[in-house]
Amino acid sequence: MEQAPPDPERRLQPAPLEPLGHPDAGLEAVVGEEVEGARDEGSGDGTMTENNFWLKKIEISVSEAEKRTGRNAMNMQETYTAYLIETRSVEHIDGQSVLTDSLWRRYSEFELLRNYLLVYYPHVVVPPLPEKRAEFVWHKLSADNMDPDFVERRRIGLENFLLRVASHPILCRDKIFYLFLTQEGNWKETVNETGFQLKADSRLKALNATFRVKNPDKRFTELKHYSDELQSVISHLLRVRARVADRLYGVYKVHGNYGRVFSEWSAIEKEMGDGLQSAGHHMDVYASSIDDILEDEEHYADQLKEYLFYAEALRAVCRKHELMQYDLEMAAQDLASKKQQCEELATGTVRTFSLKGMTTKLFGQETPEQREARIKVLEEQINEGEQQLKSKNLEGREFVKNAWADIERFKEQKNRDLKEALISYAVMQISMCKKGIQVWTNAKECFSKM
Amino acid sequence: MDGERRASQALSSGLPEGGAGGESPGDGGPVPGSSGSSALLQAEVLDLDEDEDDLEVFSKDASLMDMNSFSPMMPTSPLSMINQVKFEDEPDLKDLFITVDEPESHVTTVETFITYRIITKTSRGEFDSSEFEVRRRYQDFLWLKGKLEDAHPTLIIPPLPEKFIVKGMVERFNDDFIETRRKALQKFLNRIADHPTLTFNEDFKVFLTAQTWELSSHKKQGPGLLSRMGQTVRAVAWSMRGVKSRPEEFMEMNNFIEMFSQKINLIDKISQRIYKEEREYFDEMKEYGPVHILWSATEEDLVDTLKSVASCVDKCCKATEKRMSGLSEALLPVVHEYVLYSEILMGVMKRRDQIQAELDSKVEALTSKKADTDLLTEEIGKLEDKVECANNALKADWERWKQNMQNDIKSAFTDMAEENIHYYEQGARGSCLTWNSQIPVL
Repeated sequence: MEQAPPDPERRLQPAPLEPLGHPDAGLEAVVGEEVEGARDEGSGDGTMTENNFWLKKIEISVSEAEKRTGRNAMNMQETYTAYLIETRSVEHIDGQSVLTDSLWRRYSEFELLRNYLLVYYPHVVVPPLPEKRAEFVWHKLSADNMDPDFVERRRIGLENFLLRVASHPILCRDKIFYLFLTQEGNWKETVNETGFQLKADSRLKALNATFRVKNPDKRFTELKHYSDELQSVISHLLRVRARVADRLYGVYKVHGNYGRVFSEWSAIEKEMGDGLQSAGHHMDVYASSIDDILEDEEHYADQLKEYLFYAEALRAVCRKHELMQYDLEMAAQDLASKKQQCEELATGTVRTFSLKGMTTKLFGQETPEQREARIKVLEEQINEGEQQLKSKNLEGREFVKNAWADIERFKEQKNRDLKEALISYAVMQISMCKKGIQVWTNAKECFSKM
Repeated sequence: MDGERRASQALSSGLPEGGAGGESPGDGGPVPGSSGSSALLQAEVLDLDEDEDDLEVFSKDASLMDMNSFSPMMPTSPLSMINQVKFEDEPDLKDLFITVDEPESHVTTVETFITYRIITKTSRGEFDSSEFEVRRRYQDFLWLKGKLEDAHPTLIIPPLPEKFIVKGMVERFNDDFIETRRKALQKFLNRIADHPTLTFNEDFKVFLTAQTWELSSHKKQGPGLLSRMGQTVRAVAWSMRGVKSRPEEFMEMNNFIEMFSQKINLIDKISQRIYKEEREYFDEMKEYGPVHILWSATEEDLVDTLKSVASCVDKCCKATEKRMSGLSEALLPVVHEYVLYSEILMGVMKRRDQIQAELDSKVEALTSKKADTDLLTEEIGKLEDKVECANNALKADWERWKQNMQNDIKSAFTDMAEENIHYYEQGARGSCLTWNSQIPVL
C-alpha cells in the first residue's frame, strides 16, 4: 500500500531549466479558453508556491479534437475522438512559450491515467474526468458523444482535468503523468507495467470493510455524508436547471414566429407596414439570442458537474480510510486472539473454545514438548503481529494526516470555485436581462410607430 | 399599470370616426350632427398621442374612481371612465356608459345558466331614465347580435365571445371562463355604444333597459321563425351564384380580409403558445430557487452566495407571473377579438355580395324579358338604392374598423413590449440589488 511521499522512482526527473515559479503563471490555456477554477489554484497561498510543483514552468492545453477510426481490442472498427495535448514551456526572460510536446490521446487513456492515480495516491482527492456520456441534457442538446458541441465541452473538461492534476502539489510530480504528456507511443504499456491494477483494492473488499469497520475516524464518516449530500443536491439542481433551460428556449423561440407573421402581414398594411416589419425583425433577434445565452449556461453547468464528480473522489478517500482502519482492527483482533491462545497454552486453562482444545479433550493431552513448540510458534507470530500492528498504525495515522490535509486543500478550492461559478451565473442572468430590455425597447418603439 | 393599459384600449375603441351615418332602412333615423362634431373630435384625439397625457388626464379623476366598487352612483367601468374623461371638453358626445359584472348562476329544473348584471348610465333624452340595471344571459346577447345583423347587414357588428371553448374545458362555468366572457361581453356592448349608427338601434335600447319579462315579450315580436328560415335559404341561394361583378374596392377589401384573417389567426396561435411556454417556465422556476436553499444547508461557506442566487430566482419567478398576467390581460383578448372580427368581416362581405346578387338577378330577368317589365323596373330601382346604401355603409364602417384595428393592435403589442421591458428590468434590478455587496463590479 502506497502512501505519500510517493515512490522515489516516480518522481520527476529534474529538468535542467529554471526553478518553479508561481504555479498559476504556468497554467494558461493556450487557446484562450477559460479554465474553470484551476486558475485560482494556489493564488496567494504561500505554502503552495514553496512546494515547487513543476520543475519547469509549463502550459498545458487540449487544443483540438479529431474524429478517428481504428480497430479496437476485438479487431472491430470503431470511431472515436482523439484530443491533441500540447505542452509549452514558458521561457522566463522574454515570456515567449515554446512548444515542447504535442501528442494525441483519447478519452480511454485519460481514464487509464486517472485509475492509476487513484491507486497510487489513495489519500488524494483525485480530480474527476468530464462525463463519459452526456447527462442532464435538455432537449436541444444532443446526447450523442460525437456531437460537436459535446466534443467541444469535453475538450475543455479534459484540459481542466490536466490542469488540476498539474497544479496539485503531490500529483504533479508523478512520472506517469509526465509521460502522459510527453510520451505518445508505449505509454499504455508503461502504465500497465507498473502493475497498478493488481495493487488496486477490490471493490468487494472495500464494501466489506465499509460495513464491518468499527471505529473509523469520525471526520471521514462525516465527509462521506457530506459527499452524498453534495452529489444529491447538485444532481437535483442540474436536473431542474436543464428543465428550466428547455422552457426558456421555448419561450424565446416561439417569439420568432411573430417575426415571420409580422413580415407577411406588413405586405397588406399601408400605415402599419413599416412598424410591423421592423418589429418583426426585433422578434427574430430576440428569438435567436437564446442560443448564446444557453451555451454560456452550459459551461456553468459543467462547472457544477465537476464538483458532482468530485463527490465520488471524496468517497474514494473515505473508502480507503475505512479499508485501512478495518485492516488494522482485524490485525489487532488477530493479535489479541493469538496472545490469548498463548496464555492459555502456558497456563493450561482453556477459556476459549478451540478445535485444539476439543481434540485434546477427546484424544488426550499433548505432550509438554508439543505444547512448548506451539507456544514458541505463537510467540513468534505474536512478535510479528505486534510489529505489523505498529506499522499499520503508523501507516493509518500517516494516511489520515495526509488525506485530511488534501481534503482541507480541496475544501478551499471547492468553496472558491463554486462561489465564482455561482457569481458568474448571476452575472449571466443580469446580462440576459439587459439584452432583453434592449430588444424589447427596440420592439416597443417599432410598435408605437405603427 | 392597469389603468394605463385600459386607457390605451379605450383610446382605440371609443372613437366614433367621421363617416356618413349609415342610413339603412328600418333604422331609427340618422344621427344628427354627429359627422361634424366627430371631425372636431378626431382633431382633439390626434393631439393626445402621448401616453403621458392619457395618464395625466386619467389620474386627475382617480380620486373619484373606486375600481372595485360597482355602486350605481357613478360610472365605474374604467373603460367608460376613460372615455368620459377623454372627451372632457365635449361631454355631450359620450353619453352612454355600460358595465357588465356580477355573474350569477341560476338553476332551474331544466337548465343551469349564468346571468350578468348590466348597468347603463346615460344622459340621452330618448332614454326614460339616466340609469338602468338589468340582468341578461348569453342567449340575450346572441339575440341582440342577430337583430343588429338583420337591421344592418353590411355594418361590422362587434364579435361576441364564443359559446364554448373547445379545448381544455372541463366545466362550462369555471371562473376563468366566466371572467373572460364577462370582459368580452362588456367590450361588445361598449363597441356598439361607440358605433355611430348602432348606438341608436332600438333593440339595443330595449336590451339595455327592459326588465327580463319585457325583453321576452319584445323578442317575440318581429319576423317569425319561418320567415327567418326563408331568408336563410334565399341567402344561401344567392351566395351559390358566386361573385361576378364585385366592384374593385370590394375585391381589395376581400383580399385584405382573407390575408388579415390568416395572419391574425396565426398571431392568436403564437400568442397562446407563448403564454403556455411561459406558464411551464414558471412552473419549473418555482422549484429552482428552493434547490439552492437546500444546498446552502450543507455548505457553510457558500450560504450567502447560494441564498442570493435563490432570491434572484424567486424574484424572476414572480416577475414571470406578472408578465403572464399582463399577456393574458392585454394581448390575448385583443388578438382573439380580432380573430372573431375576421370571421365577422367575411360574413359582412357575403351579405353585401348577396344584396348585390339580388339586384343582378333582377337585372338579368329584365334583360331576358321573362317577367313583367314595369314591376321589375320598380323593384330594380329599389334594389339599386339598397345596394348603394349597403355599399356606402360598409365602406364607411370599413374605414372606421380599420382605424380601430390599427390602434388596438398597436396598443396591444406596445403593451406587450412594455410588459417584457418591465419583466427584464425587474430581473436586472433585483439581481443587482441582491448581489451588490458581493460583486463589486456591479
